[in-house]
Amino acid sequence: MSNVFTRRREKLLALKSLRSGGPRSAPAPACPACGAEVPRGELHKNLYVCPRCGHHHAVSAYYRLSLVLDPGTFRELDERLASADPLAFPGYAGKLADAGRRTGLSEAVVTATGRIEGRRTAVGVLDSRFFMGSMSAAVGEKITRLVEYAEKNRLPLILFSASGGARMQEGILSLMQMAKTAAALEHFSAAGGLYISVFTHPTTGGVTASFASLGDYMLAEPEALVGFAGPRVVEQTIGQPVPEGFQSAEYQLDHGFLDAVVPRRELRATLSRLLRLHDPKGGRDR
Amino acid sequence: MNQTLTPVQRVALARNPQRPGTADFISALFTDFFELRGDRHFGEDPSILGGVALYHGQPVTVIGHRKGRTLEENLKFNFGMPSPEGYRKAQRLMEQAEKFRRPVITFIDTPGAYPGLEAEARGQGEAIARCLSILSALTVPVISVVTGEGGSGGALALGVGNSVLMLENAVYSVLSPEGFAAILWKDASRSNEACDVMKLTAADLLELGVIDEIIPEPEGGAHTAPGAVFTAVDDAISRSLAPLLKLSGSALARQRYKKFRAMGNQAIRRDRG
Ligand SMILES: [Zn+2]
Repeated sequence: MSNVFTRRREKLLALKSLRSGGPRSAPAPACPACGAEVPRGELHKNLYVCPRCGHHHAVSAYYRLSLVLDPGTFRELDERLASADPLAFPGYAGKLADAGRRTGLSEAVVTATGRIEGRRTAVGVLDSRFFMGSMSAAVGEKITRLVEYAEKNRLPLILFSASGGARMQEGILSLMQMAKTAAALEHFSAAGGLYISVFTHPTTGGVTASFASLGDYMLAEPEALVGFAGPRVVEQTIGQPVPEGFQSAEYQLDHGFLDAVVPRRELRATLSRLLRLHDPKGGRDR
Repeated sequence: MNQTLTPVQRVALARNPQRPGTADFISALFTDFFELRGDRHFGEDPSILGGVALYHGQPVTVIGHRKGRTLEENLKFNFGMPSPEGYRKAQRLMEQAEKFRRPVITFIDTPGAYPGLEAEARGQGEAIARCLSILSALTVPVISVVTGEGGSGGALALGVGNSVLMLENAVYSVLSPEGFAAILWKDASRSNEACDVMKLTAADLLELGVIDEIIPEPEGGAHTAPGAVFTAVDDAISRSLAPLLKLSGSALARQRYKKFRAMGNQAIRRDRG
């Protein structure tokens, strides 16, 4: 592989990570968990994890990819797929345009291939800054195409979720993406494909009730909120506040729905280990 | 057909407590029904009703949401809002249908999956997701009939059919109109407005390619002449099932995959770079 191309790709991802409102250009607000005002440079060095309390800040999809993939291996798929506003929903087109301008994204998921410690992988990352990572038909389509690409090319699949659930403005067509993505993953699984699902904060609704819950391995970042009904809906149902720590990653681990809670700093090494455990060559030198 | 009803009026008809429900369809359309209970993991959730039965002499698996008519029944069936145990019982029945090569017929009528503390603790999201993946890959015919309220993922969990039929005044939506208004406009009282923009009627869904056929209801709604509705639903199921019974298992799974693979294609465009 030519060094020029590798360097160019690396630069491209770094640029996208910036342009998409990612790390450096974002203001450094007080930590939502402990209130500490951490200088941006320090936060950046700490992978956007609060050095005082360990809170994992939300990060952009491109930044997430830059943390996980080997430098220079990122290749984006279906970059330009976007919503066609199928129900001509009042105000939706304008909001889509706003979200696009603000984030540099055309939809709430980025799908790509890349390598993790040398192993080629298909990766999708939901970005909570675009309509709260909600599942439009375009999101469902990009994920389904990624799953199909991984099956065809016999690649392991990793999906990072962060989603408020369905995209209300696309109505029933959003709901149907749950069936579409679940069906694609079932097909992939039957063909022997490896799928690692990583929940990041917050993931609820139709994403939890479809592709995000169907991994061979289920991981989450510390304290990420993971549930079907959001905590406010649950509170309305039961007429009282939910208990401390309800629906946190640690709670889901205790209740048997996760294999591990993995701090951001250890994520790449953990993913790499799982890929190694599924490599026919195992730990031997490649 | 009542072509002049507004979406709000249809939502009211879909929720009418006298409307025929899953238990009524089972006793009217099937014989020798044997109810299967429990998820074999934790408990029995009666808000999902399922079992095996004969449909015109053919063994089938039937699964549906169950609502009550009286307060007592409603409490027992949790107003038709299943817990994870209900969905895991449904999974067990789907897998049994696959084993014994029986068609699966589902009846959909729920406000949504139950959003409670215990339901979350036992994995409501995982339970629904697993229903979707199991149904999507079955190699037996699956026919889904939306009979009342098709509310959100809790409805879709029984809705991945080779053929999806819908009663004329049933509704099927991403969320209840109240929930939709609360999320989008932070105001649940604007639910009537939500009904008008959500495209939740059978005619809307046929146009969007989400359902295959509308089953007509008598003037005034299904509850005014249940006998006619049973006949119409029976006819529609028979007509859908006949061609599916001629397909191979892999062809059935392929047809279902393709059908849901294409959902929402009209909602996607290619952005200018
Ligand atoms: Zn902090």
